[in-house]
Amino acid sequence: MKFLCVECDRQMVFEERQLPGDGTLAAAFKCPSCGRVTALLTNPFETQLVSSLGVVIGGRTVPAQPLETVRGNVAGGRPDAFDEASGRAEARTAGPSWSAEAQQRLSQVPGFVRGMVKKIYAEYAKDHGIAEITPAVMDTARAELGLEGM
Amino acid sequence: MPLNIRTYRDLTEPDASGLPAQIGAQRHRVAARLAQVGRVVAVMSGKGGVGKSFVTAHLARAVARGGRAVGVLDADLNGPTAAGLLDAGRASLVVEEDAVLPATGADGVRLVSMDLLLEDGRPLAFRGPAADRFVWRGALEAAALREFLADVAWGSLDLLLVDLPPGLSRFEELADLLDRPPAVLTVTIPTPESRDAVRRALRAAMERGATPLGVVENMMGDQFRGDAAEVLAREFGVPVLARVPFHPPVGVWETLAARL
Repeated sequence: MKFLCVECDRQMVFEERQLPGDGTLAAAFKCPSCGRVTALLTNPFETQLVSSLGVVIGGRTVPAQPLETVRGNVAGGRPDAFDEASGRAEARTAGPSWSAEAQQRLSQVPGFVRGMVKKIYAEYAKDHGIAEITPAVMDTARAELGLEGM
Repeated sequence: MPLNIRTYRDLTEPDASGLPAQIGAQRHRVAARLAQVGRVVAVMSGKGGVGKSFVTAHLARAVARGGRAVGVLDADLNGPTAAGLLDAGRASLVVEEDAVLPATGADGVRLVSMDLLLEDGRPLAFRGPAADRFVWRGALEAAALREFLADVAWGSLDLLLVDLPPGLSRFEELADLLDRPPAVLTVTIPTPESRDAVRRALRAAMERGATPLGVVENMMGDQFRGDAAEVLAREFGVPVLARVPFHPPVGVWETLAARL
């Protein structure tokens, strides 16, 4: 999928991704010549289809997690299906602290996917030099990374 | 006056999304993970109720007892049974840095199955919009198969058995994901109905480039009558690898394992 600024005859470049709500995925593209910005909006069905393919519009900024599509999409998964603590994964992402509000919000994520979500937010914070994860950081990361439903 | 719009391929500047590259990376990840797997064998029949999972589990155990490293990927996402058949219990799967460790079943068989991930009695369901669910559900199931191949630390295996559900779609997905189509072990019961369904499935697999290893006739005995295994073996020029009665005698699985 590419966007062309017809007036300038220039390929537009990806600017940012947002999840404005209602299952909409928004991806903004900007013309490098005239600066015009155009947003692509997907309906919930299209958003889900993109998620089902395991791809990220705008590209990945954090690596894919193991079984990411399964964990991010299966309903009714066992809360204890995955053990994040015994493996090496936990040690790698130890770093940013979590505010009490962020911990509270994380605790509301289903156990089946919680460990993965925690790891993704931690990696996002690390990549952006963020020392403490707050609900605001989670909102920003969620939108930037396209974590619909997480 | 129509707009003068160039083609997709005419636009050659860097594309941040790089969706074809992301798909390519997924394929590469499957190939890298399976680089240490000696052979991938799809256990299929095209028909339900012939005992594919039963055969897969007991064959895997016999292969393991014979000293070879073996894994079972339960590709029957909607009717997973491998964890139970291999006595894998309900231990949590350990998440490593870039992969999940497979569960360990009887005789040391490594396995992954949706059965290990779902709450007891819960069917496989996906979160998402209810409208047009049938369109994206297939893509999610294919993604689950891909992740079971690529994101499970199978390690070095002599043999990875992929237990397929009835039908052909999962085989097609598997063949698409692998560098080359898998070898196929066909399971049938003796009846003409099974023979006809298996014939279609095996033909489709061969047209897709799969190598047929042979036929296993399961549930042999008075309950089901017919000569499905002989007919299929003759038609496709493959051996009947095993005949498994309702109460398999000692050694039948070892004999089958030795032929793979």
